[in-house]
Amino acid sequence: MIPAAFDYEVAESADHAISLLGEHGDDAKLLAGGHSLIPMMRYRLATPSVLVDVGRLDDLRYIRTGNGTVSIGALTRHSELEHSAALAEACPMLASVAALVGDPAVRHRGTLGGTIAHADPASDLPAAVLALGGTIVAQGPGGSREIAATDFFTGYFESVLADDEMITEVRVPAGSGGWNYQKFNRRAQDWAIVGVAVAGGGSGVSLVNMGSTPIRASGVEAALAGGASAAEAAAAAADGLDPPDDLNADAEYRSHLARVLTERALNAAGVA
Amino acid sequence: MTAVTLTVNGTERSLEVEPRTLLVHALRDDLGLTGTNVGCDSSSCGACTVLVDGQSAKSCTMFAVQANDADITTIEGVADADGTLHPMQQAFHEHHALQCGYCTPGMVMAAISLVEEYPGLDEGGVRHGLEGNLCRCTGYQNIVDAVLAAAGSGGD
Repeated sequence: MIPAAFDYEVAESADHAISLLGEHGDDAKLLAGGHSLIPMMRYRLATPSVLVDVGRLDDLRYIRTGNGTVSIGALTRHSELEHSAALAEACPMLASVAALVGDPAVRHRGTLGGTIAHADPASDLPAAVLALGGTIVAQGPGGSREIAATDFFTGYFESVLADDEMITEVRVPAGSGGWNYQKFNRRAQDWAIVGVAVAGGGSGVSLVNMGSTPIRASGVEAALAGGASAAEAAAAAADGLDPPDDLNADAEYRSHLARVLTERALNAAGVA
Repeated sequence: MTAVTLTVNGTERSLEVEPRTLLVHALRDDLGLTGTNVGCDSSSCGACTVLVDGQSAKSCTMFAVQANDADITTIEGVADADGTLHPMQQAFHEHHALQCGYCTPGMVMAAISLVEEYPGLDEGGVRHGLEGNLCRCTGYQNIVDAVLAAAGSGGD
């Protein structure tokens, strides 16, 4: 369980990281907290030839609020989200979901930008950002671009990020509205078997581990917009989805969980 | 090889490591600090927990190069120089919070960080906060008692 050998570069700035990515091509990977990448490297599921360490870019560790938006630097750690008084006030959902990731030691290292770039459909924070209608700011050689979270995730561990781009900031609207997050698992510290994030009193509903990406429950959102009750809307939670079968749960059980957890999350978010 | 300087238990140590060297292996194999154990090797069990700049971290899921210039505390560094145990160690001793002892170094380090991070912990908070540290003897009850006792006494 020793990773394959790689060359190690320390980025002095986001610009430097992007130029190193350009220089080393698509075998280079960014290293932030490393709590998704290093286990994958230990199992040799990932064998990058170069790691560009962005974990020292402290100027990308911040939580700023203003003009109805919360802007979070990509290198902000989960524990910083969890304990931020500013975030607890401006976007309590994100602070609360951050506190459910892994365990305290994991939260001391893992970063918001890292978990979003990793694009694991089983992760908590990408789904929360999706439900909140967040925006991902990515910087590349030609400058920065803003990507709606709904457009960001494209498949298992895949996103629209180019090989030479890095996430620098994540933005979510201030005020989570009526919100709730349901995380169902059997073992402490585990990933969700299924999770449901509700924000804005049901205007944003997203699902964890119900497909190849964190995914908006558009059927639920549409039903609620059309006047359906929480129970009626939740019945549509798994419609049109193709959830994975694995040793924790088969697709049918996951669909059942999605419906049950969506109703619970909606009720807890104040949707009757 | 890459040069790395770590402050380990208050002493600056310089070493040359491969970039892929995990922090736990640098501590054990290069610095001889074998109190930090390797358990699951996959960041699940917490046997390798150390403090990095005062916060718990799983040293099997961190490259030594990432810890360059960091302040590392291992189980060897928590007691006083005269051998007086850290209050968390003392609490583990008094509550018999270990059976085989394999998880104990990581458990103590995680607990030191936990009581610092979450003041006023109750039993549920301790159980939840130590979810990333597994005791395969299943000796959790006494561990929880010890951490609660240490937290009540300030836990520092």
